Amino acid sequence: MADPNGKGNGSGEPPVLEISGLRLSYYTRAGEVPAVMDFDLTIAKGESVGLVGESGCGKSTVANGIMRYMGKNGGIVGGTIKFQGRDMAELSEEEIRRVRGKDIAMIYQEPMAALNPSLTIAAQLMEVPMIHEGVSEEEAFQRSFDMLAAVNIPDPKRLMDSYPHQVSGGQQQRVVIAMALLSKPALLLLDEPTTALDVTVEAGIVELIAELSKESGASLLYISHNLGLMLEVCDRICVMYSGEVVEEGHIDSIFSWPKHPYTHGLFGCIPLPHADKNARPLAAIKGQLPLPHQRPKGCYFGPRCESFQAGRCDADHIPMEDVHTDDDPAHRVRCLRWNEIDHDAVVSNETTREPIEVGDTVLEVDNMRKYYDVKESTLATLISREAVRQVKANESISFDAGEGETVAIVGESGCGKSTFAKVLMGLETATDGEVRLDGTDLGSIEVKKRTPEQLASLQMVFQNPNDTLNPSHSVGYQIGRVIKRFGIESDPAKIQDRVHKLLDTVKLPRAFAARKPRQLSGGQKQRVGIARAFAGNPKTVIADEPISALDVSVAAAVTELLMDIQREHRTTLLFISHDLSAVRYLSDRVVVMYLGQIMERGTTEEVFAPPYHPYTEALLSAVPIADPEVEKRRIVLEGNLPSPLDPPKGCPFSTRCQRKVGSICDDEPPPVRLDTEGHSIACHIPLEELREVEPVITIPDRDLEATT
Amino acid sequence: MPQLIMRRIGMMILIMLTVALLLFLMNEGDPRLIARSVLGPYAQDQQLDAWIVQHGYDRHILVRYVEWIGRVMSGDLGDSIIYKRPVNEIFWDRLGNTGILAGVTFVVMVIVALTLGVLAGMKEGSTQDRVISVFSITTTSIPEYASAVLLAWIFVFTLGWLPGTSSMTSGFNVVELILPVMVLTLYGFGYVARMTRASMAEVMTNPYIRTAMLKGLPYRHIIMKHALRNALIAPFTVIMLQINWLLSGVVVTEFAFGYKGFGALLLEAALRRDIFVIEACGTAAVFVAVFTQTIGDLGYTYLNPRIRFK
Repeated sequence: MADPNGKGNGSGEPPVLEISGLRLSYYTRAGEVPAVMDFDLTIAKGESVGLVGESGCGKSTVANGIMRYMGKNGGIVGGTIKFQGRDMAELSEEEIRRVRGKDIAMIYQEPMAALNPSLTIAAQLMEVPMIHEGVSEEEAFQRSFDMLAAVNIPDPKRLMDSYPHQVSGGQQQRVVIAMALLSKPALLLLDEPTTALDVTVEAGIVELIAELSKESGASLLYISHNLGLMLEVCDRICVMYSGEVVEEGHIDSIFSWPKHPYTHGLFGCIPLPHADKNARPLAAIKGQLPLPHQRPKGCYFGPRCESFQAGRCDADHIPMEDVHTDDDPAHRVRCLRWNEIDHDAVVSNETTREPIEVGDTVLEVDNMRKYYDVKESTLATLISREAVRQVKANESISFDAGEGETVAIVGESGCGKSTFAKVLMGLETATDGEVRLDGTDLGSIEVKKRTPEQLASLQMVFQNPNDTLNPSHSVGYQIGRVIKRFGIESDPAKIQDRVHKLLDTVKLPRAFAARKPRQLSGGQKQRVGIARAFAGNPKTVIADEPISALDVSVAAAVTELLMDIQREHRTTLLFISHDLSAVRYLSDRVVVMYLGQIMERGTTEEVFAPPYHPYTEALLSAVPIADPEVEKRRIVLEGNLPSPLDPPKGCPFSTRCQRKVGSICDDEPPPVRLDTEGHSIACHIPLEELREVEPVITIPDRDLEATT
Repeated sequence: MPQLIMRRIGMMILIMLTVALLLFLMNEGDPRLIARSVLGPYAQDQQLDAWIVQHGYDRHILVRYVEWIGRVMSGDLGDSIIYKRPVNEIFWDRLGNTGILAGVTFVVMVIVALTLGVLAGMKEGSTQDRVISVFSITTTSIPEYASAVLLAWIFVFTLGWLPGTSSMTSGFNVVELILPVMVLTLYGFGYVARMTRASMAEVMTNPYIRTAMLKGLPYRHIIMKHALRNALIAPFTVIMLQINWLLSGVVVTEFAFGYKGFGALLLEAALRRDIFVIEACGTAAVFVAVFTQTIGDLGYTYLNPRIRFK
């Protein structure tokens, strides 16, 4: 155990963190809830270890346990956590306080929430060295200033005096990182540090963390649900399921030869570049994560496992076993049958589907603009009479979508994709241009003035199912109400019948009609959201980040479900997302937006291959891919999204573009260049030049049939 | 910020003028009623009419309103009908007395309320929290006249430590202030304490408190520097509202201890239709109400940088 993977330092150096047999529990009214069981982990100096798993698997509890920060109702029940040789359980409150923030520091998921809103950034940074090392205020200021510069913040002076809400999300996270690194910790705990950030920002943060930890020699414990990200940042990973590690080992070993059916299942859920919605659809893991007090006997994954063997897998608790591979002596797995299972034979992705034939054009967006007036009431603007400024949330948006087609709208937050959805739904009306659904212009009709047919024909699946279902009404009532309002049925018995059919469609038991949203899991709620959207047989459904709030295995199931229903109803699907992997997997055509404008559009193949718009290129590079064989060119964008109030005069992307030609980019709007019929790029760079750009992602030419 | 202050002050003046107009309409809307209260119940109709013409009450009410505003601005509050003296001679003394009582109570109450509220809220659900919560609910639900009697029984009659009246007949005496301050504090601190508790408990669940804990800051430092300021934002408005109540709502306590204050003056004036005293007191009360709310709003903005730097 002392030398987990023979990597890095010699055997002389003791490990930074040594956890053995750790058991963490919470105490509730129902009794003891074991959150983490039988957990072993050793992290050497400078090593970076990942902890992967879906929500509720106990990965954050481990981080809190290491910090001994479990709240009033939680605690260490068994095992030891040794940090730099000291047993954390034996430290006094005062001693543990000195370890926190000094020797072990943490970086959090939501930087905005992690920073105190009413203290300046300077105050929050300076207190770290002042309290831990007793340095003077001047020195604390200087150190904080230098650290902000070290985390690549362009204007540290201004930032020091700012309050957290005044800086962007990416910068907030850099501040949190700076705060963690100020006292040169030996161990950094990162709890989903980039989950709340945009992909291009994430890429920058990931690069920064890797750089800084290499410089400082700190060890990292990186917690995430994102396998692709793990591949980029970790040396080793532990896969957790329902409170225990089910598989651990060197990153390459786990990604290339996953032994545990759960690990294998996870990879089957991720839309990797070689996945295809028709030829090689995602294989969701059946069932759902058991609650801590409902864990089955034997293997916890048993009920969801394709290779489950009754009498064997459900007999005793499964111990970790060594997988003796030559490449990775530390590869261990918690499965009795790891040696017997032929994963390639098990995985059920032999199911193929016929591609949907795209029919006539259903939705046409023609030169749609949406401007918002922003009133300013400062004295200066009152005098200069420029009290009203315009924010161009959408500028000349044009595209169309056919029956049964999936069109993805891609872009980061602030690109105008949600405004576009609002105009479509009638929550806003277009300033100019038309949005025609079956020939009728809906862009200027607000939602209250739309006929029930118009409302029913254009529906939406929302991002966060927790917020979009009314907590005080039953599922059946909420779906039934839509059916009634859209005038599809009026007889209560028929409505109920239809509700049941819709629940069948989204693969939920009919009994769920009587349940309240709080009795459902996230994935089930999203299924209800989909049932609600499809209640009126819509022609077009807008899915606004429908899977980004869901766990990997749940997201796969919801994605597949959405496509099944689409196939059945020949629905036009507008898929709004920032997740390019999902977009590549399920869309036929892609529209890339930046700051309210279309940068590139075309079929999925066209957009994902050169010629790229430089922004598309950067987006593609930013998305982590959970496949070690995929080679990726690294492009990290500098700077922030410009304010929509003050957009660049020329090309909107000119301030961050890695291929900027010169002043023409700043001064003149780019021409729209047609590559093929339907594939257009708005850029000053000639197409010939863009065509010569190397692909960002190189997928190895492997025929999976051949390897089996 | 300066712009905000200017806007708020403008707003304040507007509200003052509007409320003063209502006050004026209610008191001086019917000139005969004024004449009647000045001249007494036995005056003849002709006398009333003559008085009205003589004192210019036959003019349009808005003209009189503007004139009245002008007089008030120049410091002339008119004459008291009962005391037959300028209102100025009685009014400021009484206001000053209540100012002292209210000021002392305010300071004591805010300190007690915030301390207890923070102590309760920082460990939600603990014994400490429950004891404080029950205590503050209990004291708040005992009306002032009841606690005045109860405290007088303990400290005046049983222990004999404190004087039973606070009329300050032989000049200002701090000891005489103790009982009224106690009664007011007991009654009033509960609202602020419970508000602070709720706000503090909410703040303590915020991720930034976890950040502060895991930065290894001492608990005291976390409470004082990270939690308190955020926890004060919500109770601040309630604290400001207390000033209003302390000025005009203390009449029961003033009566109970024979304290010659503003509340007692207003009550007397109202009972005896002493119009100019009512107007003076009303205007003062409105001014304090509007002023404290303005300060409250500005302070709120100051405490919350998310509003300050939009």
